[in-house]
Amino acid sequence: MWDEYLFPASVEEALEMLEAHGGEARIIAGGTDLVLQSQRGQCTARVMIDITRIPGLDHIEERDGLIYIGAQVTHSQVATSPLIRSRAGVLAEACGSVGGPQIRNVGTLVGNVVNALPAADGAIALFALDAEAEVAERAGRRWTPVAALYAGVGLCTVDPCAAMITQLRFRALGEGEAGAFERLAKRRALVLPILNTAAVVRLQGDKVERARIAIGPVAPTPFVATEAAEALVGQPPDEAFVAEAAKLAAQAAQPRDSLLRGSAEYRKAMVEVLVRRALWRAVLQEGEDANS
Amino acid sequence: MPTLKMILNGQEVTIDVEPGDLLANVLRDKLGLIGTKISCGEGECGACTVLVDGRAVDSCIYPALKAQGREVITIEGLGQDNRLDAIQQAFVDRTAPQCGYCIPGMVISAKALLDENPHPTRKEIKEGISGNLCRCTGYYQIIGAIELACERLAERGGPE
Repeated sequence: MWDEYLFPASVEEALEMLEAHGGEARIIAGGTDLVLQSQRGQCTARVMIDITRIPGLDHIEERDGLIYIGAQVTHSQVATSPLIRSRAGVLAEACGSVGGPQIRNVGTLVGNVVNALPAADGAIALFALDAEAEVAERAGRRWTPVAALYAGVGLCTVDPCAAMITQLRFRALGEGEAGAFERLAKRRALVLPILNTAAVVRLQGDKVERARIAIGPVAPTPFVATEAAEALVGQPPDEAFVAEAAKLAAQAAQPRDSLLRGSAEYRKAMVEVLVRRALWRAVLQEGEDANS
Repeated sequence: MPTLKMILNGQEVTIDVEPGDLLANVLRDKLGLIGTKISCGEGECGACTVLVDGRAVDSCIYPALKAQGREVITIEGLGQDNRLDAIQQAFVDRTAPQCGYCIPGMVISAKALLDENPHPTRKEIKEGISGNLCRCTGYYQIIGAIELACERLAERGGPE
């Protein structure tokens, strides 16, 4: 399957290895997707550069109100992190619903982003959190919005044969803010979602100050329902406005007929249900936090 | 050919592997530990579950070289000298296996769960084995066996 399997000791060494192999090498972290892609011939790289032993990429930490998550952090680590559960619960919920325990123990959140699938649970939550990714290239490091990494189904603008994502960051949810993740699937583990959605709301007094709703897979990339979120701003977070926003989100979503996931009509109807549930749960959680 | 060094079921093992070898194949084909099963081959069914540094992983999609320097436990590493460990014995006593193919993976997932959480709720048990498929039993005997193992381990004062 592969001719070489290498363990660089630093990000710089990983990038040098990528360059030295001129497109024949690729970054691997957990490998839960990449091993299958290699077996199926979808990934033709001969050399794997395993970044899971590089020091300094295993952090989940908060600095100046921002939460940073390193490239080695697995879905299990995100799902069980006290920091993520308390300051970005929507992401903990999303990561806890990926695959099964064995997949979550190995697969990384950054890998979930690099694979660029519109149904990726972790990525949907990152979209709702307006997350950014740090991209390391030979020329240096730069931060870019996670949303800008998606070029189409399975297409990431970061070329894993030339660059790597070293960490993610997003603003920790603060006072008046809460999020929730909802997923519809045929069973509760080991299946891809029919639909998933993540919502984050910020309340100011008795009004919604800001909302962000991400939905997958209803487009080639994770879909942000801007209009629906904006319709909530300035409104009281009551059931009528939440239901209206969910309706707008369903109108904007463009799910396709899928043998795996169900008809477009069914899935459009379910977008409304899931978005309503996610928004409402976020609003109620915020209420609980405020009262506790 | 790269050399893989790991602690396998408590013993240091050194073996030459191909760069593309997966842990399940190394265990079964090169080391003769055929208790670890390969069923789906894509990390969907959990029959190949082993512990790496105490965490359950699907060894059929786990590059063997990732185990470099790690501690790996397979179903053969449980119990001692023909004596089953508490989880295995509970699976027997509750008649949890039917065809038996998923059972090594189920037992390893149960071990990962109980090592971390000795008193799981029924919901936590279901989540603990949610990465393992069984096509025979409907899971209830398996869940019952894990509950029985918890009771026995608690009486004994912890895992062996």
